[in-house]
Amino acid sequence: MPTQTIEITPDIIAKHNVTMSEYGEIKKILGREPNLTELGIFSVMWSEHCSYKNSKNVLKLLPKEGKRILVKAGEENAGVVDIGDGYVIAFKIESHNHPSAIEPFQGAATGVGGILRDIFTMGARPIACMDSLRFGKIDSAPGSDAAHTKHLLTGVVAGIAHYGNCMGIPTIGGEVYFDESYEGNPLVNAFALGLAKKEEIVKAKAEGIGNAVLYLGAATGRDGMGGASFASKDLTEESQKDRPAVQVGDPFLQKLLLEAVLELLKTDCVVGIQDMGAAGLTCSTCETASRGNTGIEIDVAQVPQRETGMVPYEIMLSESQERMLVIIKKGREHEAKRIFEKWDLHAEEIGKVTGDGMMRVKENGVTVSEIPAKRLADDAPVYVREEKEPEYLKKAQSFDPKTLFSKTGDLNAALLKLLDSPTIASKEWVYEQYDHMVRTNTTVLPGSDASVIRIKGTNKSVAISVDCNSTYCYLDPYEGGKIAVAEAARNVACSGAEPLSVTNCLNFGNPHNPEIFWQLKKSIEGMRDACLMFDTPVSGGNVSLYNQNPKGAIDPTPTIGMVGLIEGRDPVTSFFKKEGDVIILLGKTKEELGGSEFLKTLFNVKSGLPPRLDLKEAKKLNDLLIALAKKGFLKSAHDCAEGGLAVALAESCISNRGREIGAVVNVTTDHLSNEAFLFSESQSRVVISVDPANLKAVEELIKPNIQYEIIGKVGGDRLQINKLIEAPVAVLSHAWRNAIKRRMEVATA
Amino acid sequence: MKFGVVVFPGSNCDHDCYHVLKHVLGQETDFVWHKEREISKYDCIVVPGGFSYGDYLRTGAIARFSPVMESVQKHAEKGKLVIGICNGFQILTESGLLPGALLRNRSLKFICRNVNIRVENTDSPFTRKINKSAVLKIPIAHGEGNYYADEATLADLKKNDQILVRYCDEKGLTGDTANPNGSLESIAGICNKKRNVFGLMPHPERASERELGSVDGIGIFKSILEMN
Repeated sequence: MPTQTIEITPDIIAKHNVTMSEYGEIKKILGREPNLTELGIFSVMWSEHCSYKNSKNVLKLLPKEGKRILVKAGEENAGVVDIGDGYVIAFKIESHNHPSAIEPFQGAATGVGGILRDIFTMGARPIACMDSLRFGKIDSAPGSDAAHTKHLLTGVVAGIAHYGNCMGIPTIGGEVYFDESYEGNPLVNAFALGLAKKEEIVKAKAEGIGNAVLYLGAATGRDGMGGASFASKDLTEESQKDRPAVQVGDPFLQKLLLEAVLELLKTDCVVGIQDMGAAGLTCSTCETASRGNTGIEIDVAQVPQRETGMVPYEIMLSESQERMLVIIKKGREHEAKRIFEKWDLHAEEIGKVTGDGMMRVKENGVTVSEIPAKRLADDAPVYVREEKEPEYLKKAQSFDPKTLFSKTGDLNAALLKLLDSPTIASKEWVYEQYDHMVRTNTTVLPGSDASVIRIKGTNKSVAISVDCNSTYCYLDPYEGGKIAVAEAARNVACSGAEPLSVTNCLNFGNPHNPEIFWQLKKSIEGMRDACLMFDTPVSGGNVSLYNQNPKGAIDPTPTIGMVGLIEGRDPVTSFFKKEGDVIILLGKTKEELGGSEFLKTLFNVKSGLPPRLDLKEAKKLNDLLIALAKKGFLKSAHDCAEGGLAVALAESCISNRGREIGAVVNVTTDHLSNEAFLFSESQSRVVISVDPANLKAVEELIKPNIQYEIIGKVGGDRLQINKLIEAPVAVLSHAWRNAIKRRMEVATA
Repeated sequence: MKFGVVVFPGSNCDHDCYHVLKHVLGQETDFVWHKEREISKYDCIVVPGGFSYGDYLRTGAIARFSPVMESVQKHAEKGKLVIGICNGFQILTESGLLPGALLRNRSLKFICRNVNIRVENTDSPFTRKINKSAVLKIPIAHGEGNYYADEATLADLKKNDQILVRYCDEKGLTGDTANPNGSLESIAGICNKKRNVFGLMPHPERASERELGSVDGIGIFKSILEMN
């Protein structure tokens, strides 16, 4: 029976965010009252972050099965997908929103660190990172705090660069999106992908009674104890002193951990391995035991500590960075230690695997906590939350964009304004701070629809896109969820890759609000339908709820990370290549300006019905793009997204820095308004360019599948669209390339 | 030729250099651990990019004290070849094998992008196979690449033709807008007086294969091979 005698009062229970009914469940599991350490352990394992108790019920709607899926969502630290010839990829996207809001540099840095540990503890060497970042507006406006937002953007980007660059893992792209709903609620979703041979994948489980439990990496401190921090005051007098407010990352230490762990996994002395991320030692011990159907026993006195006077409660709940738990076969501990010493790392044996199914924590041999591991890890309560269509929705959807057309003004100016809008503009200012080329695999650099990395020694490449238009999700979460998946799939297909699988990061407000929960559920339903159509199952991800501050909740943001495969050919990029190439528009433009960047940028209006997506058409288009790429017909392919056809054409002209080239196009406008013709965000449209010599063969492939139009030719130094747009590419390029830079570097401009 | 690619804790371009030498150029190449002292079998030592020892204190400042760097000093004294790329260049200046220092970029930000460099001098084992004044498209990726030397050192560098590459624009013109990090006189790479030690900030190993968009960097490695 654990010792420790602090009385658990309703107040203490409430401060742990544990409800009275959950407390009752805890008592039932233990057959007695928990002590404070045990309450702390339950509170973190049963938090939304670790247990998904509010979202589990809707997450199960997502398809998780597929012929290439080797490790499914939720089974391990990251999903694993088979890419053939003995190779597999492990990938995942995860949020670090709240820490980044408080301390952007370290918050973002440790977000990258955490997702990378998830990948290499699977036995895969991380080969690429991406990020989906969302901020408030960086233009000064009444009631907004652009200066603070710029501080967040600067810090987040520098933090990602600091960690990824030092680890030597390229950050090959991603997205940066600006909207007032993220003011004070920035989103930092970090994606990482690793490569392994099929047989190299390891599981995070504790098996084999008597096997050693090793603690590896940084010493444990009082950092990252978050909401539970109050308790330390109750426990010791001195503990509040020197407690860092946020976790601090050490990418150099993690680089050593990475190399040591991958070297260790080449031996066969490892039974299981898990990162100590959220809920630290607590989560890693009970989850490994639960997966192995065993028990685990550790002594916290053996845990390396960087502060004095830490009590078991603090050691178990600490979220200090760069720590791992490794289960080593009995008698082989010295082999592991030799490798760690080579890398100047410290490993400590802190316990062993047991056969009684208990997660037992001791302090100098005295039991301080004893909980059935499986019940703690897997039996968190699951809630079915109330849902309700939001009040704002009907009115917002019924808005007619045409009512604003009298104020559109000059269309050339409108195009320039859109290219200058930070959401659309070039993200060079961001990605040039990331080492996106290290490891010499990046064959499509940031700035195309998808980024692509080659797999050395094979004829394979992996294309990755992270995407979500959260305005669409705000105005129609079902359609928005569908579109997020479809656009990510289309981006990947534009590079010539076959979409394989999805990881997602579901960023929403407080799920106790029925309107928020409705957004969550509808978005998931949309994602489900799209994932089924594209045959891209969800292999993992995470959920981040409670993204709101007194000003309100963020727009629903189900970020999609889509991974695709290219075999035996070069990837396709999004920019025009050569004078005389023929430009073709695939897909049909409709009068769809609801939720568009055009309305947001020109009129500051976030209303209207967002574009409708026909999943069958979207799938046909992707298949066509892949078929064209396979034949080597695509000189360029660029998705029409925010800003519509006009922005897509402009970007194809200007996105190859130093090699900008013009285009002259004439498109049938049907009955469309000029605004919609140029800026409508109708889905499933792609601008491609092809060699005129291949035109006939290209048309033969397109004709049976997709509505299309030959719209013009690449060449010259101006972009001309019908009689509506005529602008020098140099002017377009300048607006697009300097939009973020000029806002961020005001003082030096 | 036999190449040794040094691996410090925190090196991260070691694999990239190894890949080009071993797989693209088919040369005998080994990784050399930072605790190793015996390097006499190598003709050329590559000090690769990365964040050696986390670059704590100052870039390259800790690496210079490593056991392997003692041997690299002796290796250089014998007239054998040493090339330091990016963090490797920083380590070579810290250890006194090359003059000057690399300061923080003028923008105070890490910069990763393709830049152009002009070959200023082909009388070196590292540039002999490249045409003089050739413009090479090669990426940079660093936070501290702003080359600095005092006036006397700069005069020396010029007098002895030690400046091997300068940042320039696509047409080969140097100037402020084509200088990505604020380097003194647009200096991107220098050699020592004996011309057997070369350091540069751009990454030729990232521009040595068609798939990566430029093969302009391979000339530097091919020049080294001409030793035979």
